[in-house]
Amino acid sequence: MAEAGLRYRKERLDRGIKARSDTIYVISSYREMLYLVLPRVLPVIGLLVLPLVLRGYWGKVLVYACMFGLLALSWDFLAACGMFSLGQALFFGVGSFFAGALNHYLHWPPILTLPIATLAGGVFCAALLAPVVRLKGIYFAMITLVVPLLFTRLVVATGVWGGSHGLSNLAPFTNEWIPIYLAVVAMLVVLFGFRRIMNEDYGLVLGAIRDDDRAVMSAGINIYWRKIQALFIAAVVGCFAGAFMTHQYQFVGPSVFALDYSILPLTAAALGGAGTFAGAVLGSIALVPLSEAMRALGGLRITFYCIVLIICIIGLPEGIFHFIQRKYQQFERLTEIG
Amino acid sequence: MKTEPILRVEKIGKHFGGVQAVLGVSFELRQGEFLGVIGPNGSGKTTLVNLITGFVKPDSGKVIYRGKDITGKMPYTIAGLGIARTFQMVRLFYNLPAFKNIIIPLCSPRVKKLRGGQYGERDETAVDLLDDMGFERDSFVPYKLAGSLPHGYLKRLDLTRALALRPELLILDEIFSGMSMSEVASTLPLIEKFNREGLSIIMIEHRLKELFRVADRVMVLDFGQKIADGSPQEVMNTEEVKKAYLGSEVEIS
Repeated sequence: MAEAGLRYRKERLDRGIKARSDTIYVISSYREMLYLVLPRVLPVIGLLVLPLVLRGYWGKVLVYACMFGLLALSWDFLAACGMFSLGQALFFGVGSFFAGALNHYLHWPPILTLPIATLAGGVFCAALLAPVVRLKGIYFAMITLVVPLLFTRLVVATGVWGGSHGLSNLAPFTNEWIPIYLAVVAMLVVLFGFRRIMNEDYGLVLGAIRDDDRAVMSAGINIYWRKIQALFIAAVVGCFAGAFMTHQYQFVGPSVFALDYSILPLTAAALGGAGTFAGAVLGSIALVPLSEAMRALGGLRITFYCIVLIICIIGLPEGIFHFIQRKYQQFERLTEIG
Repeated sequence: MKTEPILRVEKIGKHFGGVQAVLGVSFELRQGEFLGVIGPNGSGKTTLVNLITGFVKPDSGKVIYRGKDITGKMPYTIAGLGIARTFQMVRLFYNLPAFKNIIIPLCSPRVKKLRGGQYGERDETAVDLLDDMGFERDSFVPYKLAGSLPHGYLKRLDLTRALALRPELLILDEIFSGMSMSEVASTLPLIEKFNREGLSIIMIEHRLKELFRVADRVMVLDFGQKIADGSPQEVMNTEEVKKAYLGSEVEIS
């Protein structure tokens, strides 16, 4: 049997149940229906139950994870439209300052500042980046990286909106259940909303712009206007996260434009698996608590955090979500090479 | 009665660095005319297409479409006015099923306007269009990933995508390159049919035999300049064309 020169290779095949649940015939059996429904419903139920279990400190960590999830989703959406952003902090910071300023100077409650900061921030960011939608790849990335850093210096140097001291004593959320459920539900809505958008014809065009913008132009579609729309959608999500955290911390300062808010969402999306949105959420839910749990390590926290990241990215370059999805849908076996 | 030309190109010119790609080319295209453009490699044929469709901005000259100056307009604006093109190197979305490629132009404002302000059932329209072009709806072909289709199908898919825009002027940039004889034989009648139905066509081609059979008029470019323009028979007998294609007789002897 084990002759010299006989070798094996790994073969991947779709599971039978996957093939059966690809078509409308999925409704013929409960098993197939559960196969499709459970991976979507279980995480949702899990996330909705989690706030009941996690109280106090870890509850706040969950909120924080959801906010990073929103930023990672916003990054992933831009990436899906061909805009590689290194500046999620811009969205986060603009949303934060809109909410902070409205609350501090006009004393508007969070129920008003949240939606207004979200929408106004979205319009502001889209308008700000509109002139650079013609740039592609690394050039677009460089601009988005620099703009939030510019805002940091602008706030510190001119002293507007509290300058380097920031605006403190902002209105908190009145009830402890509101922020935690608002965060979880917002993340889930954005997750499923983005997946829906990309499956519609609208998202088809956005994805096509990423693949070949000239072909889309020759189809009579104004790609720059579409990109600005995509920027607005992504900015709205980022600004909501910023406005939310302003009221959660009851503080806003120039640190909201920090590099962390640009790089960590990107890392979360890369670790979770870019291009799926679910990966962005998974990555944030894995990374943020990990980072918190490592606080016990003191000064070496970031070192260990980076080591974990490096191991994950080398060992699992496709991302957690793609890995799980593949294991769920396919099995592997060894076949002889004849 | 002389009809107003659908397209008028006036002394258009473009250079890339020191290379003069197109130099003062002027021509007119009548409504419903089938114009062939030939010329040796590097004679500026594709640049001419890019200049008309707005992918390259001209240094000098004008492009007038239906009496409107479209020089230097954005490619999507020009496509929206009804000038569709195919690409020499097909530009498709290879990780999408073939019929999804056709959805992209169906999402354009032009198609919406032509359909009376509504898009309708785009999936169905796309499969209908492909069916007309020989991608049979009951086969697997329209639903396969574009990347898995053979080259001849890709060329025809690119053509279908251009036609989905419901153009009034169609520019074909070497649509037959890389196609087999039988694929050419099945595609050519389709193009002829669209021309008979009133579509104006500019066709750039290296396969002279096929081109001369279908074109009303042939224009010859060489080193970015127009060296001949006339009916296929006239052009074939021009001395300069023979030189450009075969080299001058003096050099041979």
